[in-house]
Amino acid sequence: MRAGGREIRRRGWGEKTVLLPIFRYECYNWQTMKLSREEVLHIALLARLGLTEAEVDKLSEQLSDILENFEALQQVDTTDVPPTAQSIPLQNVTKDDKVADSLPPSQILANAPRKEGEYFRVKAVLE
Amino acid sequence: MIPQPLTIHEAHELLKAKKLSSVELTKACLERIRQAEPKVHALVTITDELALKQAQEADRLIAKGDSHPLTGIPVIIKDNMCTKGIPTTCSSRMLQNFVPPYDATVVEKLNDCGAVTIGKANMDEFAMGSSTEHSAFFATHNPWDLTRVPGGSSGGSAVAVAAEETIYALGSDTGGSIRQPAGFCSVVGLKPTYGRVSRYGLVAFASSLDQIGPLTKDVTDCAIVLNAIAGYDNRDSTSVPEPTPDYTQCLTTDLKGLRLGIPKEYFVEGMQAEVEKALKAAIKRLEELGAKVDWEVSLPHTPYALAAYYIIAPSEASANLARYDGVKYGFSYVNTNSMWEALEKTRQFGFGDEVKRRIMLGTYALSAGYYDAYYLKAQKVRTLIRREFDQAFKQYDALITPTSPTLPFRIGEKMDDPLQMYLSDVCTLPINIAGLPAISIPAGFGDGLPIGMQLIAKPFGEEAILKIAYAYEQATEWHKRRAGV
Repeated sequence: MRAGGREIRRRGWGEKTVLLPIFRYECYNWQTMKLSREEVLHIALLARLGLTEAEVDKLSEQLSDILENFEALQQVDTTDVPPTAQSIPLQNVTKDDKVADSLPPSQILANAPRKEGEYFRVKAVLE
Repeated sequence: MIPQPLTIHEAHELLKAKKLSSVELTKACLERIRQAEPKVHALVTITDELALKQAQEADRLIAKGDSHPLTGIPVIIKDNMCTKGIPTTCSSRMLQNFVPPYDATVVEKLNDCGAVTIGKANMDEFAMGSSTEHSAFFATHNPWDLTRVPGGSSGGSAVAVAAEETIYALGSDTGGSIRQPAGFCSVVGLKPTYGRVSRYGLVAFASSLDQIGPLTKDVTDCAIVLNAIAGYDNRDSTSVPEPTPDYTQCLTTDLKGLRLGIPKEYFVEGMQAEVEKALKAAIKRLEELGAKVDWEVSLPHTPYALAAYYIIAPSEASANLARYDGVKYGFSYVNTNSMWEALEKTRQFGFGDEVKRRIMLGTYALSAGYYDAYYLKAQKVRTLIRREFDQAFKQYDALITPTSPTLPFRIGEKMDDPLQMYLSDVCTLPINIAGLPAISIPAGFGDGLPIGMQLIAKPFGEEAILKIAYAYEQATEWHKRRAGV
């Protein structure tokens, strides 16, 4: 991927993972935190989101601004407070293991940008 | 001649008495769409052929005496709910050509009632936004002042109701997306308890916060629509198997003995004076109607809700939107032989600015090294916010706040300042964090622009807020004012 004027190695299959240098949480200063271009590019890579150079600059500024405001959260004492992932008491909802109707392949494939027979067509995974 | 404006219950009486046919009512709405749409831009798709077919079928049902309160009544659906054979775009280039092969549960339920679908409503792309300016197609305009936003993300649904293009609409609410536009457009908007209405077929934004609800012209209509869409659905594993009461039964005007709390943290700094004045007058009116009001309630963690929300919602969104890969459905970038480039370019060109911003924010909050500081911390704060509400509802039947701290703002005003835009949801998003039901009802005007009042209840306490909303509505005239587009 070429983004922000620099080559970034893609994480592909069988390819060694290359992580860009990012601030580590341990050495990270809440007061002066600012998201660098490198961090923005790293996050974009994790999200598989292509960005133009202008977008990288803009996001670096906007995300820094937003995160700076969210630092307020660190003031809250959450000692011994469990996290809430969802607001209802349901857990481990299961369904009966019964055969039911499902959509036919033709309908599943109807929205596919590219298909071949009863398959989705994708780009070659191994280059 | 069709008397305007018609509510669901008024239209139902006319249909039942054979003074009006569903085909006539549908044609009247379609004509109104032709007049108003060039000014308000509320709709992404108009399904006139389907609507007239459904209306004819509804007229047959009514002639047989086999009718539900929603039979033959036109509805507009927010464009993030799947409608079989009708494009469902989420107002995104990514899904511009997506035609679902199935109906969302709510759509199926309305169809079973004999509803007439006349169109799909514009929204902020993937429901991310508070103004409907983040639609990839066009911005929707507020019918009360065409230079202002209608709120969002269900802005198209709220405007379609306020501009009389439809009798009612469905919206979805993740942080205020039904209530805030309802407040900005002077209509009634309800976000039910999380788990009350099935999310099957609703395009996912933030799965622990999303909930579908009605936008209507009055509280009676709201109860009628909730009756139709609420209930357990085994296709949504977060649907709660609680019995569904008849919500129209709780609509009485006697508020004696009801305890209302006013959390002072919601009367925030930066709140517009007109909003504060209208809200205080509305609460006094409720006091006069017999409710016991405590003006000094405190929910001290409220100021942290915004940050917690804008970490949790984008985190869930970044995971949910990972599915848009250009392979199974949606926009696909094809001018490359590289799989990775195709994936990155598909997402680069398919998503708009706000969606990209939230994917980035969420991916960051979930990434190695930051997970504990952001996502986990936000989820712990979520626990504290929920506990505070639980405590409050031991003392009060409902809490009352403004729906939004400001009047509808100008189109373009907050587009370059995401934080200011996020602040527009500051009164509504704590309710999603806690999974509670809340309704916004018309509570006055400032400078000729609508002001909404938000009523909040404990989980599955929809009846309490519908009752208070109904009593207030019967004692006031705000809901009868119409935007003159």
